[in-house]
Amino acid sequence: MSTDTETEVTDEHPDGAATRIEELEARIETLEAEMDATAGTEMGDEKSMVIVATKGTLDMAYPPLILASTAAAFGWDVTVFHTFWGLDILHEEQSTDLKLSAIGNPNMSVPNAVAALPGMDRLATTMMERRIAGNDVATIDELLQTSLEMGVDLQACQMTMDLMDYDDDAFHDGVTVGVGAATALSEMADADVQLLV
Amino acid sequence: MNSDTPTETLELTGESCPMPVVKTKQAVDDLSSGALLEVRATDAGSVSDIDGWAAGTPGVELIGQSEEIQADKTVYVHRVRVE
Repeated sequence: MSTDTETEVTDEHPDGAATRIEELEARIETLEAEMDATAGTEMGDEKSMVIVATKGTLDMAYPPLILASTAAAFGWDVTVFHTFWGLDILHEEQSTDLKLSAIGNPNMSVPNAVAALPGMDRLATTMMERRIAGNDVATIDELLQTSLEMGVDLQACQMTMDLMDYDDDAFHDGVTVGVGAATALSEMADADVQLLV
Repeated sequence: MNSDTPTETLELTGESCPMPVVKTKQAVDDLSSGALLEVRATDAGSVSDIDGWAAGTPGVELIGQSEEIQADKTVYVHRVRVE
Protein backbone atom coordinates (compact mmCIF):
# COMPACT_ATOMS: atom_id res chain seq x y z
CA MET A 1 0.00 0.00 0.00
CA SER A 2 2.60 2.41 1.07
CA THR A 3 4.76 1.38 -1.88
CA ASP A 4 1.87 2.15 -4.29
CA THR A 5 1.43 5.62 -2.84
CA GLU A 6 5.12 6.38 -3.16
CA THR A 7 5.06 5.16 -6.77
CA GLU A 8 2.09 7.45 -7.53
CA VAL A 9 3.84 10.49 -6.09
CA THR A 10 7.05 9.69 -7.93
CA ASP A 11 5.09 9.26 -11.20
CA GLU A 12 3.11 12.50 -10.74
CA HIS A 13 5.97 14.67 -9.58
CA PRO A 14 7.68 15.37 -12.93
CA ASP A 15 4.36 16.28 -14.60
CA GLY A 16 3.26 18.47 -11.67
CA ALA A 17 6.59 20.28 -11.64
CA ALA A 18 6.43 20.89 -15.38
CA THR A 19 2.94 22.33 -15.08
CA ARG A 20 4.03 24.55 -12.19
CA ILE A 21 7.02 25.82 -14.18
CA GLU A 22 4.74 26.61 -17.16
CA GLU A 23 2.40 28.53 -14.84
CA LEU A 24 5.30 30.49 -13.35
CA GLU A 25 6.70 31.30 -16.79
CA ALA A 26 3.31 32.59 -17.89
CA ARG A 27 3.10 34.68 -14.71
CA ILE A 28 6.58 36.16 -15.33
CA GLU A 29 5.56 37.10 -18.89
CA THR A 30 2.41 38.83 -17.61
CA LEU A 31 4.35 40.78 -14.96
CA GLU A 32 7.05 41.81 -17.45
CA ALA A 33 4.37 43.07 -19.84
CA GLU A 34 2.83 45.08 -16.99
CA MET A 35 6.23 46.56 -16.11
CA ASP A 36 6.81 47.61 -19.72
CA ALA A 37 3.37 49.19 -19.84
CA THR A 38 3.99 51.32 -16.72
CA ALA A 39 7.61 52.26 -17.54
CA GLY A 40 7.99 56.03 -17.80
CA THR A 41 4.57 56.72 -16.37
CA GLU A 42 3.69 57.86 -12.88
CA MET A 43 3.77 54.26 -11.70
CA GLY A 44 7.16 53.76 -13.31
CA ASP A 45 10.40 55.63 -12.75
CA GLU A 46 9.06 59.20 -12.86
CA LYS A 47 10.16 61.08 -9.77
CA SER A 48 8.22 63.70 -7.88
CA MET A 49 9.12 66.63 -5.62
CA VAL A 50 7.20 68.84 -3.22
CA ILE A 51 8.73 72.10 -2.00
CA VAL A 52 7.20 74.20 0.77
CA ALA A 53 8.14 77.86 0.14
CA THR A 54 7.71 80.05 3.23
CA LYS A 55 9.91 83.06 2.47
CA GLY A 56 9.18 86.07 0.27
CA THR A 57 12.45 87.97 0.17
CA LEU A 58 14.18 88.37 -3.19
CA ASP A 59 16.99 85.96 -2.32
CA MET A 60 14.72 83.29 -0.85
CA ALA A 61 12.30 83.40 -3.79
CA TYR A 62 14.95 81.99 -6.13
CA PRO A 63 15.80 78.51 -4.72
CA PRO A 64 12.27 77.03 -4.89
CA LEU A 65 11.68 78.34 -8.43
CA ILE A 66 15.10 77.25 -9.71
CA LEU A 67 14.71 73.75 -8.26
CA ALA A 68 11.09 73.48 -9.44
CA SER A 69 11.82 74.46 -13.05
CA THR A 70 14.93 72.25 -13.17
CA ALA A 71 13.06 69.25 -11.76
CA ALA A 72 10.35 69.82 -14.36
CA ALA A 73 13.09 69.71 -17.01
CA PHE A 74 13.98 66.24 -15.68
CA GLY A 75 10.35 65.26 -16.27
CA TRP A 76 9.54 65.18 -12.56
CA ASP A 77 6.09 65.87 -11.20
CA VAL A 78 6.61 69.06 -9.15
CA THR A 79 4.46 70.90 -6.62
CA VAL A 80 5.48 74.06 -4.75
CA PHE A 81 3.26 74.82 -1.78
CA HIS A 82 3.52 78.54 -0.90
CA THR A 83 2.66 79.68 2.59
CA PHE A 84 3.17 82.83 4.71
CA TRP A 85 5.54 85.21 2.89
CA GLY A 86 6.12 82.58 0.21
CA LEU A 87 2.71 83.67 -1.13
CA ASP A 88 4.31 86.92 -2.32
CA ILE A 89 6.23 84.94 -4.97
CA LEU A 90 2.88 84.07 -6.58
CA HIS A 91 1.23 87.44 -6.00
CA GLU A 92 0.96 89.47 -9.22
CA GLU A 93 1.89 92.79 -7.60
CA GLN A 94 4.14 91.66 -4.75
CA SER A 95 6.20 89.31 -6.95
CA THR A 96 7.47 92.25 -9.01
CA ASP A 97 8.62 94.05 -5.87
CA LEU A 98 10.34 91.41 -3.72
CA LYS A 99 12.95 92.96 -1.46
CA LEU A 100 16.24 92.01 0.08
CA SER A 101 16.74 92.78 3.75
CA ALA A 102 19.88 94.71 4.63
CA ILE A 103 19.55 93.85 8.31
CA GLY A 104 20.29 90.61 10.11
CA ASN A 105 22.67 89.32 7.44
CA PRO A 106 26.24 89.32 8.78
CA ASN A 107 27.57 88.92 5.21
CA MET A 108 26.26 92.37 4.28
CA SER A 109 28.99 94.97 4.25
CA VAL A 110 27.05 97.40 6.45
CA PRO A 111 26.60 97.03 10.23
CA ASN A 112 23.07 96.35 11.48
CA ALA A 113 22.87 99.82 13.07
CA VAL A 114 23.31 101.36 9.61
CA ALA A 115 21.25 98.70 7.82
CA ALA A 116 18.31 99.57 10.07
CA LEU A 117 18.14 103.13 8.70
CA PRO A 118 15.21 104.01 6.43
CA GLY A 119 15.83 103.22 2.77
CA MET A 120 18.56 100.63 3.38
CA ASP A 121 16.39 97.66 2.30
CA ARG A 122 15.58 99.53 -0.90
CA LEU A 123 19.29 100.18 -1.49
CA ALA A 124 20.25 96.55 -0.84
CA THR A 125 17.46 95.38 -3.17
CA THR A 126 18.52 97.73 -5.96
CA MET A 127 22.12 96.54 -5.66
CA MET A 128 21.03 92.89 -5.86
CA GLU A 129 18.70 93.58 -8.82
CA ARG A 130 21.63 95.19 -10.67
CA ARG A 131 23.78 92.14 -9.96
CA ILE A 132 21.01 89.84 -11.18
CA ALA A 133 20.67 91.79 -14.43
CA GLY A 134 24.45 92.09 -14.84
CA ASN A 135 24.95 88.34 -14.48
CA ASP A 136 22.13 87.41 -16.86
CA VAL A 137 20.29 85.69 -14.03
CA ALA A 138 16.63 85.04 -14.83
CA THR A 139 14.07 87.29 -13.13
CA ILE A 140 11.55 85.88 -10.65
CA ASP A 141 8.79 86.51 -13.20
CA GLU A 142 10.68 84.61 -15.90
CA LEU A 143 11.22 81.62 -13.59
CA LEU A 144 7.61 81.72 -12.44
CA GLN A 145 6.19 81.75 -15.97
CA THR A 146 8.64 79.06 -17.11
CA SER A 147 7.69 76.84 -14.16
CA LEU A 148 3.98 77.21 -14.99
CA GLU A 149 4.64 76.49 -18.68
CA MET A 150 6.46 73.30 -17.70
CA GLY A 151 3.55 72.06 -15.65
CA VAL A 152 4.80 72.84 -12.13
CA ASP A 153 1.84 73.06 -9.76
CA LEU A 154 2.29 76.34 -7.86
CA GLN A 155 -0.07 76.24 -4.91
CA ALA A 156 -1.19 79.04 -2.58
CA CYS A 157 -2.04 78.02 1.00
CA GLN A 158 -5.64 79.04 1.77
CA MET A 159 -5.16 79.72 5.49
CA THR A 160 -2.28 82.16 4.95
CA MET A 161 -4.08 83.73 1.96
CA ASP A 162 -6.86 84.63 4.41
CA LEU A 163 -4.33 85.73 7.01
CA MET A 164 -2.55 88.05 4.55
CA ASP A 165 -5.89 89.17 3.08
CA TYR A 166 -5.01 88.03 -0.46
CA ASP A 167 -7.88 87.33 -2.90
CA ASP A 168 -7.84 84.37 -5.32
CA ASP A 169 -7.49 86.72 -8.31
CA ALA A 170 -4.46 88.52 -6.81
CA PHE A 171 -2.24 85.65 -7.96
CA HIS A 172 -0.71 84.93 -11.35
CA ASP A 173 -2.87 82.92 -13.79
CA GLY A 174 -2.28 79.20 -13.41
CA VAL A 175 -1.68 79.28 -9.64
CA THR A 176 -3.69 76.71 -7.65
CA VAL A 177 -5.55 78.35 -4.76
CA GLY A 178 -7.59 76.89 -1.92
CA VAL A 179 -5.25 74.15 -0.71
CA GLY A 180 -4.16 73.35 2.83
CA ALA A 181 -1.63 71.45 4.89
CA ALA A 182 -3.37 68.11 4.32
CA THR A 183 -3.03 68.49 0.54
CA ALA A 184 0.66 69.31 0.91
CA LEU A 185 1.26 66.42 3.31
CA SER A 186 -0.51 63.82 1.17
CA GLU A 187 1.60 64.87 -1.82
CA MET A 188 4.77 64.89 0.29
CA ALA A 189 4.07 61.36 1.53
CA ASP A 190 4.15 60.10 -2.06
CA ALA A 191 7.01 62.33 -3.27
CA ASP A 192 10.64 61.28 -3.77
CA VAL A 193 11.99 64.69 -2.66
CA GLN A 194 10.51 67.02 -0.04
CA LEU A 195 12.04 70.40 0.79
CA LEU A 196 11.21 73.28 3.12
CA VAL A 197 12.55 76.64 1.96
CA MET B 1 23.87 63.95 -44.18
CA ASN B 2 26.29 62.75 -41.52
CA SER B 3 24.37 61.51 -38.47
CA ASP B 4 26.68 63.61 -36.27
CA THR B 5 25.62 66.86 -37.97
CA PRO B 6 23.25 68.81 -35.70
CA THR B 7 19.74 69.10 -37.10
CA GLU B 8 18.87 71.97 -34.73
CA THR B 9 20.79 74.69 -32.89
CA LEU B 10 19.71 76.34 -29.66
CA GLU B 11 21.45 79.63 -28.87
CA LEU B 12 21.61 80.14 -25.09
CA THR B 13 24.50 82.57 -24.74
CA GLY B 14 23.88 84.95 -21.84
CA GLU B 15 21.53 82.54 -20.04
CA SER B 16 22.27 81.47 -16.45
CA CYS B 17 21.20 78.55 -14.28
CA PRO B 18 18.63 77.03 -14.50
CA MET B 19 17.76 78.30 -17.99
CA PRO B 20 20.25 76.27 -20.09
CA VAL B 21 18.76 73.00 -18.80
CA VAL B 22 15.18 74.28 -18.79
CA LYS B 23 15.32 75.67 -22.34
CA THR B 24 17.13 72.59 -23.63
CA LYS B 25 14.33 70.44 -22.23
CA GLN B 26 11.70 72.68 -23.83
CA ALA B 27 13.51 72.47 -27.19
CA VAL B 28 13.87 68.68 -26.97
CA ASP B 29 10.13 68.33 -26.35
CA ASP B 30 9.46 70.00 -29.71
CA LEU B 31 11.85 67.72 -31.61
CA SER B 32 11.16 64.32 -33.10
CA SER B 33 13.10 61.11 -32.54
CA GLY B 34 16.54 61.06 -34.14
CA ALA B 35 17.08 64.83 -34.03
CA LEU B 36 20.50 66.07 -32.93
CA LEU B 37 20.33 69.33 -31.00
CA GLU B 38 23.36 71.58 -30.57
CA VAL B 39 23.07 73.79 -27.49
CA ARG B 40 25.38 76.82 -27.26
CA ALA B 41 25.66 78.33 -23.77
CA THR B 42 28.02 80.70 -21.98
CA ASP B 43 27.10 79.46 -18.48
CA ALA B 44 30.12 77.44 -17.26
CA GLY B 45 27.80 75.47 -14.99
CA SER B 46 25.94 74.16 -18.03
CA VAL B 47 28.71 71.58 -18.63
CA SER B 48 27.91 69.74 -15.43
CA ASP B 49 24.19 70.58 -15.47
CA ILE B 50 23.39 69.36 -18.98
CA ASP B 51 25.45 66.21 -18.34
CA GLY B 52 23.46 65.52 -15.16
CA TRP B 53 20.16 66.38 -16.80
CA ALA B 54 20.79 64.09 -19.78
CA ALA B 55 21.83 61.23 -17.47
CA GLY B 56 18.63 61.57 -15.44
CA THR B 57 16.18 62.16 -18.29
CA PRO B 58 14.72 59.33 -20.37
CA GLY B 59 14.69 59.81 -24.14
CA VAL B 60 17.82 61.97 -24.49
CA GLU B 61 21.48 61.13 -24.91
CA LEU B 62 24.41 63.51 -24.50
CA ILE B 63 26.64 62.82 -27.52
CA GLY B 64 29.41 65.23 -26.60
CA GLN B 65 30.49 68.53 -25.08
CA SER B 66 33.14 70.98 -26.26
CA GLU B 67 34.30 74.57 -25.82
CA GLU B 68 34.73 77.33 -28.40
CA ILE B 69 35.93 80.90 -28.10
CA GLN B 70 33.49 83.32 -29.68
CA ALA B 71 33.91 87.10 -29.40
CA ASP B 72 36.27 86.69 -26.40
CA LYS B 73 33.71 84.55 -24.59
CA THR B 74 33.87 80.81 -23.94
CA VAL B 75 30.90 79.06 -25.48
CA TYR B 76 30.07 75.61 -24.11
CA VAL B 77 28.66 73.43 -26.87
CA HIS B 78 26.48 70.45 -25.94
CA ARG B 79 25.18 67.93 -28.46
CA VAL B 80 22.03 66.13 -27.42
CA ARG B 81 20.41 63.29 -29.37
CA VAL B 82 16.64 62.84 -29.08
CA GLU B 83 15.86 59.12 -28.89
